[in-house]
Amino acid sequence: MVVNAAAVSEPTAETADAVLDRWQRDPLALVQILRETQAATHWLPRSLLAHIAAALGLTVAHVEGVAGFYRFFHTRPVGRVRLLFSDNITDRMLGSEALLAQLCARLGVVPGEVDAQGRFSVDRCSCTGLCDQGPALLVNHHQVITRLDAARVDALADLLLAGTPVEQWPAAWFEVVDGVRRADLLLSGLAADAPTLPAVLAQSPQALLDQVAQSGLRGRGGAGFPTARKWQACRDAAGPLRCVVCNADEGEPGTFKDRVLLASHADALFDGMTVAARAVGAQQGFVYLRGEYRYLLPQLEQVLARRRGQGLLGRDAAGVMGFDFDIAIHLGAGAYVCGEESALIESLEGKRGTPRIRPPFPVQAGYLGRPTVVNNVETFCAVAHIARRGGAWWAGIGTAQSTGTKIHSVSGDCARPGLYEYPLGTTIARILEDCGAHDPLAVQVGGPSGACVPASEFGRAIAFEDVPSAGAFMVFDRSRDLFEVARHFARFFAHESCGLCTPCRVGTELVVRRLDKLAHARGAGRGSAFDIERLRDLDTVLHSGTHCGLGASACNPLRDTMRHFGEAYAQRSTAPQFQPDIDLDAQLSSARRATGRSDAGAHLHTDTPA
Amino acid sequence: MNASAPAPRKLRVATVSLGGCFGCHMSLLDIDERLFELIEKVEFDRSPLTDIKTVGECDVGLIEGGLCNAENVEVLRAFRAHCTVLVAVGACAITGGLPALRNHLDVGGILQSVYGEVPDDPELPLPLNRVLPIHEVVHIDHALPGCPPPADAFWQLLQDLIAGRTPVPAPGLIRYD
Repeated sequence: MVVNAAAVSEPTAETADAVLDRWQRDPLALVQILRETQAATHWLPRSLLAHIAAALGLTVAHVEGVAGFYRFFHTRPVGRVRLLFSDNITDRMLGSEALLAQLCARLGVVPGEVDAQGRFSVDRCSCTGLCDQGPALLVNHHQVITRLDAARVDALADLLLAGTPVEQWPAAWFEVVDGVRRADLLLSGLAADAPTLPAVLAQSPQALLDQVAQSGLRGRGGAGFPTARKWQACRDAAGPLRCVVCNADEGEPGTFKDRVLLASHADALFDGMTVAARAVGAQQGFVYLRGEYRYLLPQLEQVLARRRGQGLLGRDAAGVMGFDFDIAIHLGAGAYVCGEESALIESLEGKRGTPRIRPPFPVQAGYLGRPTVVNNVETFCAVAHIARRGGAWWAGIGTAQSTGTKIHSVSGDCARPGLYEYPLGTTIARILEDCGAHDPLAVQVGGPSGACVPASEFGRAIAFEDVPSAGAFMVFDRSRDLFEVARHFARFFAHESCGLCTPCRVGTELVVRRLDKLAHARGAGRGSAFDIERLRDLDTVLHSGTHCGLGASACNPLRDTMRHFGEAYAQRSTAPQFQPDIDLDAQLSSARRATGRSDAGAHLHTDTPA
Repeated sequence: MNASAPAPRKLRVATVSLGGCFGCHMSLLDIDERLFELIEKVEFDRSPLTDIKTVGECDVGLIEGGLCNAENVEVLRAFRAHCTVLVAVGACAITGGLPALRNHLDVGGILQSVYGEVPDDPELPLPLNRVLPIHEVVHIDHALPGCPPPADAFWQLLQDLIAGRTPVPAPGLIRYD
């Protein structure tokens, strides 16, 4: 296929024009326009990007830069059906790699490439948030197939080879269950007789803010920043226009609680956003929904439409005169870094998801420079409850520093994976017991950027003052090798680095290579204490020298597992001295061929003699 | 004062330019008259300054240049085997540098293009498929970045090593250009 076709074909241009018109040729909607266009055209040829650039008054370089940034945008031809295997460690533990190989063998494709007829492409993607019902795969960035097994993959291959359209695949494959195992406040939902939103919003903005302040609520996205303080800063910032953004870019591998809140508690979420808007004086709301959750879009739009019909959104929202507030949903396109709030705002503005330098913080200058509150889905849901039942009630749950409940996405080696909601301060041991974890070796709390907690510390509690968590809870039993877990997470961070700063872009890759060397490189026994020392150096550099939190936390799994499972590293670094990771003799192969030489000088031994 | 106290043993230093341009060595010479002070405390083993051809037991080895060919690898290994402390000096030793610009080309193809009939004399070292930074092949103790590192950076490094300190280049002496 000619990539740089001179002109975009007419049907393609028409498709793009329809999308452009729907978004009123707004350059801020570039990410959405690219996504919707590609949904029809499968990929984004340069000519099409140029067409979109011209229509939006943007440079082709800008549009190409954006298209090239997001994993779910394709600037090269892909198959008409695109299958992405979720590649979280929990998917792998459930056998995803073998299933990927099985499907590729059946279809005659190599992962990452398109088959000769352009029918399908198969690849991996970061965690799709279905760890409790994996292995999972994403179809055309639109649907998900859960609970893959060999039989399902076989049947899938049959349908693909027969050219059966996705709409005719068995509906059971696309079933996504909430999997709530232990519901507390949030997962139980609002009581039927709870005050309505208009009743809640009858309170003054200051009263709403005071309730949240009194509740002691802290952000559920991971950082744990006091919600009221964030809102107050936004309210106090100068400027006539303000925004409220819900971070539904649940990209931290192993986290899937927001998926369930979005699927089953969307009203609570939108209530919380509306309360926030009223409290800070915002007119505009966004939900930034991760591309992997595209299948939730229709139902979320439906809820928003209903709420508009009920007068809960729009002019004089919820019956509050002069309070004009509405919510729009923007989708991400496969970039973990967009979970960082300033990168998320860049993406909302139709740009590459590169984190901004802070300060200014989003509360001072966020979306389009307007003071912007960005909160996690779970935080807004908590607000919906707090605004009704009062800050003191919420503050009475949990611990003094960590009030309220927290939802944990439990997956990995346990009998009952799913969602577990507990008051903060609940011990890891309790959660492990409830989920049926037999003989656990360690738990990765809060995802790869969180903490790896060994069995000796299972008595610790999930709370901001002890083990904070963004919601992931991946269990590893004694059959697992924590070195391999850390190596998997290292690959994840290298894959997701946005590439802006060198310490992260290069550093994450160097960590992967060093771990690969320890893992197998060219046979066992070449790792040495030297390699371990280099890993420690890389940890120091990444922790202190990167542009944003992605790089700063990229070595967390490495550091934790080196500390708690040092033996896994020690047994891989037994060489008495440094050994290269390169087959030096093979490095002479090309020159040997060109010269036809085979004398002793035409060879090199690789190992450093003892 | 006891005038008969034995002079402290001089630090034995070897230097070499592998796949480099000798620019780093030129920068070392730029310490100018401090060479007289240096030579009171240092004696050179294998180095372009001495014309000694093989490296002996040394305290310090300074390596300029990356690994372009099989001979570079053997020389580097000899340095590693004989030097207590090995320092990667300059951009090429640390990253491969300018010679590594050929890394995206097939070296056999380059030989064909340049020579037509490629010489097969065993005296000639075979080029590696890729130019490598030296730390990929041996353990390196310290690195002196720069293209070249400033003369003062050499001076500081040697002063530190003479004094038995761990060399930590002053921020102003770390250069990546």
